[in-house]
Amino acid sequence: MNNALTLLGLLRRQPSYGYDLKHAYDRYFGSQKPLAFGQVYSTLARMIRDELIRALGEEPGAGPDRKKYEITPAGQDRVQQWLFTPDVPSQTLQSDLFAKTVVALLVDDDADRLLDLQRAEHMGRMRELTRLKHEGDLLQVLMCDHGIFHIEADLRWIELTGARLTQLKKELLSA
Amino acid sequence: MKTTPTIPALLSVRNVHKDFGPTPALRGIDLDVHPGEVLAVMGPSGSGKSTLLHCMAGVMPPDHGTVTYTRPNAPEGSVEISILGEAARSALRLSEFGFVFQYGQLLPELTAVDNVTIPLLLAGTKRREALRKASGLLERLGLAGQGEKLPGELSGGQAQRVAIARAMVAEPAVLFADEPTGSLDSLAAENVLTLLLELVREVGTTVVMITHDPRTAAYADREVIVRDGMIGAGHRVAA
Ligand SMILES: Nc1ncnc2c1ncn2[C@@H]1O[C@H](COP(=O)(O)OP(=O)(O)OP(=O)(O)O)[C@@H](O)[C@H]1O
Ligand SMILES: [Mg+2]
Repeated sequence: MNNALTLLGLLRRQPSYGYDLKHAYDRYFGSQKPLAFGQVYSTLARMIRDELIRALGEEPGAGPDRKKYEITPAGQDRVQQWLFTPDVPSQTLQSDLFAKTVVALLVDDDADRLLDLQRAEHMGRMRELTRLKHEGDLLQVLMCDHGIFHIEADLRWIELTGARLTQLKKELLSA
Repeated sequence: MKTTPTIPALLSVRNVHKDFGPTPALRGIDLDVHPGEVLAVMGPSGSGKSTLLHCMAGVMPPDHGTVTYTRPNAPEGSVEISILGEAARSALRLSEFGFVFQYGQLLPELTAVDNVTIPLLLAGTKRREALRKASGLLERLGLAGQGEKLPGELSGGQAQRVAIARAMVAEPAVLFADEPTGSLDSLAAENVLTLLLELVREVGTTVVMITHDPRTAAYADREVIVRDGMIGAGHRVAA
């Protein structure tokens, strides 16, 4: 999740203090990991530098917490661009797991075990999200579901790869 | 959940084998189910999950190995299910176990509420009392006013909730479920599972639930994987 663009998107609603922005962020997105104030203000500083936002009603010497921030037209464009540019489906985990599996087979180590460990880890996370989901409001339900469905996709890949290890090893070793 | 020496497993499976003619379905299963836990049994199609459940629940005897059932409040009275005869197994199933399957388990000619009363009537409960309990449970499962419908007049999710009511109405010590949400869409499956788990936690029923679906398994306390008639290694999940 892109915190900077998310904050910028929230600023599109109305000019806000850093404090209010942080709380809006935490309310919608931060139930698992609230933003630190420091992170909010450093992000805001960067966005000022990039002219995506500007500070309103500057009092000389006032700290960042005394300023209200407003989105600029360039910031508006940036949000639009973010909203309507689809994300590349995340490949980091899959490619790492893929690499580990292939290497394990190549060095004749236990690829099955590696997949089992990953599966157990994924199941543990899924259980945790399932629990969280049933404690929260609809917003939290949707957020947990998003995580749950992604984990499910990984698990399917793990299961299928596990079933194909023998074949995969044969192909790797003959290549 | 971890094995603690003081509380014996509710169900203890040791070196269980089962062949169907030339096909080995179970090849040395060891498994402990602890009182109060919800266990998911996962694994590929044909790996032996249903066969395992049938052996554990006394639906069929294993060829080799033992299945021991020990009620938590009566540890001296453990029963070796695997050596019981047909009649004794059937009596045990009736008094201690509940069952939910994927579909087709309700008697089509009986109304929903009558279906739910069956286990109570078989156990000797008076009809009026059985009806009262059954209606109460149906209401609890969000089926108020649906009790007089026939199974054919219910949606899949509703029928599955009736099946759960029937499985739970006699407050069994163990609920065995084979793909209980297998025929439902995501949201219906979720509703059924949530209700099921609320109920079992309240009654203190232990659950053994077969599922292909990781999202369903995530409702359990832990999962085991059956592969080629054996329990896969490395699936212990930290408590
Ligand atoms: N009554 C039976 N007669 C003959 N073979 C059987 C019988 N029941 C099961 N088998 C065989 O035993 C093996 C295990 O079957 P089982 O039904 O336990 O698998 P499963 O894991 O439940 O599969 P699924 O996920 O498809 O329900 C399979 O090879 C199956 O063909
Ligand atoms: Mg089966």
